[in-house]
Amino acid sequence: MNTRNLYDKLWESHVVRQESDGTALLYIDRHLVHEVTSPQAFEGLRLAGRRPWRVGSVLAVADHNVPTVGRESGILDPVSRLQVDTLDANCEEFGIQEFRMDDVRQGIVHVVGPEQGATLPGMTVVCGDSHTSTHGAFAALAFGIGTSEVEHVLATQCLLSKKSKSMLVKVEGNLPKGATAKDIALFVIGKIGTAGGTGYAIEFAGSAIRHLSMEGRMTLCNMAIEAGARAGMVAVDEKTVEYFRGRPFAPSGEMWEAACAYWRTLTSDEGAHFDAVVQIDAAQIRPQVTWGTSPEMVVGIDGQVPDPASVSDAVKKSGMEKALQYMGLEAGMAISDVPVDKVFIGSCTNSRIEDLRAAAAIAKGRHVASSVKLAMVVPGSGLVKKMAEAEGLDRIFLDAGFEWREPGCSMCLAMNDDRLSPGERCASTSNRNFEGRQGAGGRTHLVSPEVAAAAAIAGHFIDPEALQ
Amino acid sequence: MKAFDRIDGLVVPLDRPNVDTDAIIPKQFLKSIRRSGFGPNLFDEWRYLDHGEPGMDNSLRPVNPDFVLNRPRYHGAQILLARENFGCGSSREHAPWALEDYGFRAIIAPSFADIFFNNCFKNGLLPIVLDAGIVDRLFAGTEANEGYRLTVDLPSQTIRTPQGEEFSFEVDPFRKHCLIEGLDDIGLTLIHAEEIRAFEEKRKAEQPWLFIGNGK
Repeated sequence: MNTRNLYDKLWESHVVRQESDGTALLYIDRHLVHEVTSPQAFEGLRLAGRRPWRVGSVLAVADHNVPTVGRESGILDPVSRLQVDTLDANCEEFGIQEFRMDDVRQGIVHVVGPEQGATLPGMTVVCGDSHTSTHGAFAALAFGIGTSEVEHVLATQCLLSKKSKSMLVKVEGNLPKGATAKDIALFVIGKIGTAGGTGYAIEFAGSAIRHLSMEGRMTLCNMAIEAGARAGMVAVDEKTVEYFRGRPFAPSGEMWEAACAYWRTLTSDEGAHFDAVVQIDAAQIRPQVTWGTSPEMVVGIDGQVPDPASVSDAVKKSGMEKALQYMGLEAGMAISDVPVDKVFIGSCTNSRIEDLRAAAAIAKGRHVASSVKLAMVVPGSGLVKKMAEAEGLDRIFLDAGFEWREPGCSMCLAMNDDRLSPGERCASTSNRNFEGRQGAGGRTHLVSPEVAAAAAIAGHFIDPEALQ
Repeated sequence: MKAFDRIDGLVVPLDRPNVDTDAIIPKQFLKSIRRSGFGPNLFDEWRYLDHGEPGMDNSLRPVNPDFVLNRPRYHGAQILLARENFGCGSSREHAPWALEDYGFRAIIAPSFADIFFNNCFKNGLLPIVLDAGIVDRLFAGTEANEGYRLTVDLPSQTIRTPQGEEFSFEVDPFRKHCLIEGLDDIGLTLIHAEEIRAFEEKRKAEQPWLFIGNGK
């Protein structure tokens, strides 16, 4: 009975000490830092006269506040600028490596980490950002922390934590044409709910997951937090190992061989126990579109906006009514009849090269509908942008009427100037459709890059396969 | 951190599930590099009729009279009664900072999002999970009785209603200890510095590739 699942292995290999109540001191291998959740942590260090425990474990990049146009004139918003300047100054003072705004390696922290090989299999990875779950795609134990914990990790290289329960989400079979990793994520959240994973670390497994690229696995693990899970993860296979070959922070030579041998042990043992198991048939997963203000409020592209009257639970019913009112939708409306005002392709969920290729394949030779006020593509990092440009994707987008921007979080959460106006409706490849997320009064529909691009062309939601 | 022992506080009911951290403190306020001053912008989009931005004089803004925090009978509330999955969304600690700065000391809900739940304990704010049926009864009690107060006693892990009903709640013993004493857990962790260093050295020997980077 000594079988262990992947989460058991990752957890146990990082416990420095454990109290009798199960509280563990967990060693942290990689600490990613951005400008929004770190200033108060650095200030805390300073006030206590402490230094970072191991600066080499920390990698910093500004992403939330950075502009996606006109970078040569710097950040115009003085409040945003102060936050980015503060990160620069803190990294300078404490000797932390940072990719500044003018560095081609700058980008969204969850795109940059893996791209540099700063995230590796078997690591514990933390960041003051809930979407840190993204890095679990590489069989790392990765989760978001608050600012007090950012300070704690900076000062001690450890985190006080208790082990979560384990959940296996097994997705078997072939995805129908047009369905993507994003659709798996939304489908799973629709099934288990946004609190369905609370208290759990989720391992995604099954043939449909094995078939996903590393980019797709990142998209899936990224959204594990939207299911309420502490972390999402996928076991190591040859795709995982190959991903890291030649990356700047990854090992090489003899060390590479040793690392690979260890990485290949990072899978759940045959017959390992999980506290919960969810089985999903991949063949049922259509391209998904959210209709409400929580990622669990989701239907297939050929579905209708659901009717709160059909729900008996009073709290749920009133939540649905509030969501429909906010979203300006009527029960029973076909999703494909919902028009969009803006389209956003980007965010730590869907801004990697594969996402841009998929969107470009839809946009190629077509044009954004005249009713769409803005369709923008925001690459996840400077390196993704460079690669896309080398492949000519920027030309495809520009010719089709999309805007091609500089990397950052952008309209996923609208901390820079990219945002929705009240009442505007957006097809967005991001991760949260909360009220006001993309701008006060803005209405967000979460979709895959393919569906977002197709919505830009058609002016309303449409199955990309049905696009003429 | 403010220590938490026992409070007797006015309760305000926020009757909606999945209240996310974007609703608790909208992103424009996350640009602050300070830890305090978020209270006036707690639930900003629901609380005010205009759009809030940092630096505004909030006392001059039009308030939404229908939002529960603005109803005079709930002024001065210290206990927030909420629905399931409270605090979902981002890891921003600005959410508990805003709740604490507004004056809340405890939040009662059937469930909380994980990161938010952790963040509360670091800021002297006690998140209490109660059975959904009990939460329903507390909602009914709060709405039916003006001035409805609850006593939250952390040492005995109990909540008492004005009618004298008592409900017990679970809390992690270590977190309870830190909250009652108002302890900074960095200091507690650093007691084990030698153990951490030994673990790190062993790790470096066994998996040197974890220590690549800028070589520091």
